[in-house]
Amino acid sequence: MNIPNDFLFATTHEWLHRDGDLATVGITDHAQHELTDVVYVELPAIGTNINAGQQVCVVESVKSASDIYSPASGVVESVNEALNSDPSLINTDPHGAGWIFKLRLAPDVDLSALSTPTQYAEQLGHA
Amino acid sequence: METDLKRTPIASLHETLGARMVGFGGWWMPVQYQGIIPEHHAVRNAAGLFDISHMGEVFVSGPKAEHFLKSLLTNDVTRLGIGDGQYTLMLNEAGGVIDDLLCYRLEPNRYLLVVNASMIDEDVAWLRAHVSPDVEIDDQSHAWAGFALQGPHSAAIAHKLLGPDQALPARNTIASLDLPESRVLLARTGYTGEDGFEWFCPAQQAAFWWEKLLAVGASEGLVPCGLGCRDTLRLEVGYPLNGSDLSPDRTPLDAGLGFFVKLEKGPFIGSAKLTQQRTQGTEVRLMGLIMEGKTPPPRSHYPIFHEGVAVSETTSGSLSPTMGIGIAMAYLPINLAQPGTRLELDVRGKRFPAIVSKRPMYKASPDSKP
Repeated sequence: MNIPNDFLFATTHEWLHRDGDLATVGITDHAQHELTDVVYVELPAIGTNINAGQQVCVVESVKSASDIYSPASGVVESVNEALNSDPSLINTDPHGAGWIFKLRLAPDVDLSALSTPTQYAEQLGHA
Repeated sequence: METDLKRTPIASLHETLGARMVGFGGWWMPVQYQGIIPEHHAVRNAAGLFDISHMGEVFVSGPKAEHFLKSLLTNDVTRLGIGDGQYTLMLNEAGGVIDDLLCYRLEPNRYLLVVNASMIDEDVAWLRAHVSPDVEIDDQSHAWAGFALQGPHSAAIAHKLLGPDQALPARNTIASLDLPESRVLLARTGYTGEDGFEWFCPAQQAAFWWEKLLAVGASEGLVPCGLGCRDTLRLEVGYPLNGSDLSPDRTPLDAGLGFFVKLEKGPFIGSAKLTQQRTQGTEVRLMGLIMEGKTPPPRSHYPIFHEGVAVSETTSGSLSPTMGIGIAMAYLPINLAQPGTRLELDVRGKRFPAIVSKRPMYKASPDSKP
């Protein structure tokens, strides 16, 4: 299972990549594998204020609809419109072109609850 | 692995082949191998092999077997010649569906009922509760395995396996083959809308035949398939799934299955209600829905609105891999059960447009059987 070493992870299998005040969020390679073929993504609304752990959007495979939770608090800055025409980007490139939304992090954001790549690998039993 | 789930004779083969396994109707079953969508396309374009060993095989025999089944099932069993099969339903006294099944006449006084996995115990109890003297009910579900070979290449694969001279059963018929390895009951039936066979063999030979079929069929594009695409395939052709689209509260006429109800044959359990419905009409009818444009895939129990008023909910739904659009089924009030009627589906609080369609929503290639 592919786990990028400069990302942080939620136990609910979302990843977060921080770049200053902004963070990009998606779901992990493990999550896309468990979900199977993604056929629809309900993107969050730009400007939505969300708290860490809050349900923010939905990713659907043929078999199931899965809630996606925000790994951090902030405001939705932008969304990956490419997923509207090709939701399978989440399967083919979950940590790259399959990103879901960008978050403007809350000023007092605390990311310490998120897992490091090593911790996430342990969670998956790959340590 | 879930320990409280029943395993088919080839469950460990599915695990070895890398299938994703899930609990389904009390059974530990493969939901997919390579993926629901590619498996779906394989069945529409070439062939797929499904483990249907979880389904029940119940043999009914004796001099009064025909009379017994005639009084218990909606279709007319007296129309079956030796080797013929028919889709039929077993109803409660109120005309509601207990189960839908295939009934084959194997011998003059011997029938095979193939019933839904989750309903085996209930069906057998119902059969035994109504059984007359001189009728034997023999539930062999544990002793038999079953595979569905489905898709336009199915007949070619059957010929490769059995030899070019082996006569294959015609649509909706069953042949008993005494092969060197084991006895096989080969039926030309299925649940996908494509040509195909259902292959029943003793459980001990299941692994042998499964591997043999896959090996022989590989050059024809045969792939192992899970229950995930079995559901999308049957939904595209509008076949109901008991427990979702059929229920004890709905009659076969509500479900648009009147073709399989033969009231003229005389009374059977549930026929009083159906006779009344034939005269007065039903209040609802199970229809197809086709979503308009890009929408989330419909699923069961999504609310349905007409001009802003809640009118029903979906019983089944999915993305149609063949059509690339969302499809569903629902019981609609009879005034809305007209193809072309515009409705709205509620998905997580948002409304998406849907159009009422006849079933099937998708028609398989013309040379395919139902």
